[in-house]
Amino acid sequence: MLDDEVVRHLKGVVDLPDLSGTRYRLLRRLGQGGMGTVYLAEDEDLGREVALKVLFLLDAAGEAARHLLAEARLLARLEHPNIVPIHDVGTLPDGRVFYVMTYVRGKRLDAWWAGTPSRPVHLRLFQKICDAVEFANARGIVHRDLKPENVMVGPFGEALVMDWGVAKVRDASEAGGAVVGTPAYMAPEQARGDVQGIDARTDVYALGAILYYLLSGRPPYDASTGASVLEVISRRPPRPLREVDPAIPRPLQAICSRAMAREPRERYATAREISEDIDRFLDRLPVRAHRETPLERASRFVDRNRVLVYLVAAYLVMRAIVVMVTAR
Amino acid sequence: MPHDDTDIGGGRSRFPTTRLSAVLGAQSAETEVRARSFEALIAAYWKPVYKHVRIRWKKSNEDAKDLTQAFFLRAMEKDFFDSYDREKGRFRTFLRTCLDRFVSNEEKSEKRLKRGGGGIVLPLDFDGAEAELQSSPPCGDPERFFDAEWVRTLFGLAIEALRAECASRGKEAHFRLFARHDLADSGSGRPTYAALAAEFGLKTTDVTNYLAFARGEFRRLLLATLRDLTAGDEEYRREARLLLGAEPEDPS
Repeated sequence: MLDDEVVRHLKGVVDLPDLSGTRYRLLRRLGQGGMGTVYLAEDEDLGREVALKVLFLLDAAGEAARHLLAEARLLARLEHPNIVPIHDVGTLPDGRVFYVMTYVRGKRLDAWWAGTPSRPVHLRLFQKICDAVEFANARGIVHRDLKPENVMVGPFGEALVMDWGVAKVRDASEAGGAVVGTPAYMAPEQARGDVQGIDARTDVYALGAILYYLLSGRPPYDASTGASVLEVISRRPPRPLREVDPAIPRPLQAICSRAMAREPRERYATAREISEDIDRFLDRLPVRAHRETPLERASRFVDRNRVLVYLVAAYLVMRAIVVMVTAR
Repeated sequence: MPHDDTDIGGGRSRFPTTRLSAVLGAQSAETEVRARSFEALIAAYWKPVYKHVRIRWKKSNEDAKDLTQAFFLRAMEKDFFDSYDREKGRFRTFLRTCLDRFVSNEEKSEKRLKRGGGGIVLPLDFDGAEAELQSSPPCGDPERFFDAEWVRTLFGLAIEALRAECASRGKEAHFRLFARHDLADSGSGRPTYAALAAEFGLKTTDVTNYLAFARGEFRRLLLATLRDLTAGDEEYRREARLLLGAEPEDPS
């Protein structure tokens, strides 16, 4: 009988990539996600450390590797400080596809969030993610798998969006429009397996879902039961943010809801539009996604013109005192 | 080190060689395909089934033997597996549900077959399975235990397949190195490559290469076995991810 330790060891053995015949030398395992396992490797030709991700995708015919290489060529033209491009693509002897990216020494967005309690800092980082997505979308490239796991925060507080082009290759390789990956950040059209319906607004939805996470600390849907999450995403919106945390300002809830609208045509058309609405919120201006009540408008006015309001209030109090004294 | 517990489905050559998996083959109208598919399913599941009956239903080893035999024989006679719908979940979960229903019905009706009462006795090594249970008694949830046993059996089948593959290609040394290094149990410890090189009279680089070959083949055979035991691409991919210790149960 195989004891538990041997089974565990064998699992590691079968997962370990055979990099012989490549220019990479395996250093250690960094972690794993929905689509594959990430390793730290050394590029022996260039003498630098890289992140090497091995996909679960089996690709005996080499089709996925060719697709990924084509995507990587497109992405190589994306020179943006918030985009981590793919450097290299290949197929292991056992048929698994791997790709190589810059090794980012930073924290994953979810880990960074936990140690950074300030909402304005979260929002400004979110805008950097929007910048990267806007840049790529404007050049016809849709990420399709934006989620906190695919965003790293570098040592200088920079947002770095990774895994560009991988989801498209994965979707193209999955038979019959099968849906794989972490579904909690997935747009309804993706959850339905409607590959034709995917465009820049699919990324806008995912940005809304990331914003949901940054505001509440939890994903919009509970991802513990993959199949049922997909059903729920297709049918109904997530729980309103202010139900999760009543302290979240209504304009931010409205921005999030608009980005995550069921129908793509009801979402912001671009990532830039979300970022602009966030700008308005941070500048205490009315946001496009939310119609204010008179009370909210007054409250925002007071908030924005605090010094002026204090001066006017002080003046009125003094006038009242003068009037009372004079009246005696 | 695993050994041949049973003749049924013991070697890779006994698995269906068509693209139809054993799960789908068990629903086939062709008698031969069904028979071969059942062999593969019994090889993969008899031990988890026996242990599940012992643990979950707290049956004696004799009762558990009878129930295990009766379950598979009845499944063949009554086409239990015909009602499996891959859209509704894993075959593994479906089989365990069938088993629980079967044992429950047997208890209620008290019509359980006496040992060998069905006329056919499947050649399964129950004594070996019982010894395993005694040497490492399970703890925790019986469902998880069933799944863990299934994974263990699957790895065991893949190891046997690797042994056969290496023998057929004249690469016995590759398998012996794999067994010595990767199948070393926690008690005996895992030898270093240098120690293996000295033991086998090889260079250390040869040890690396032999092990890389055996591991690659082991992975291929493990996945081939898994494909045989799943109903379609989606279940196969899901099980493969689970087997390799990744999502979707553990999204990160």
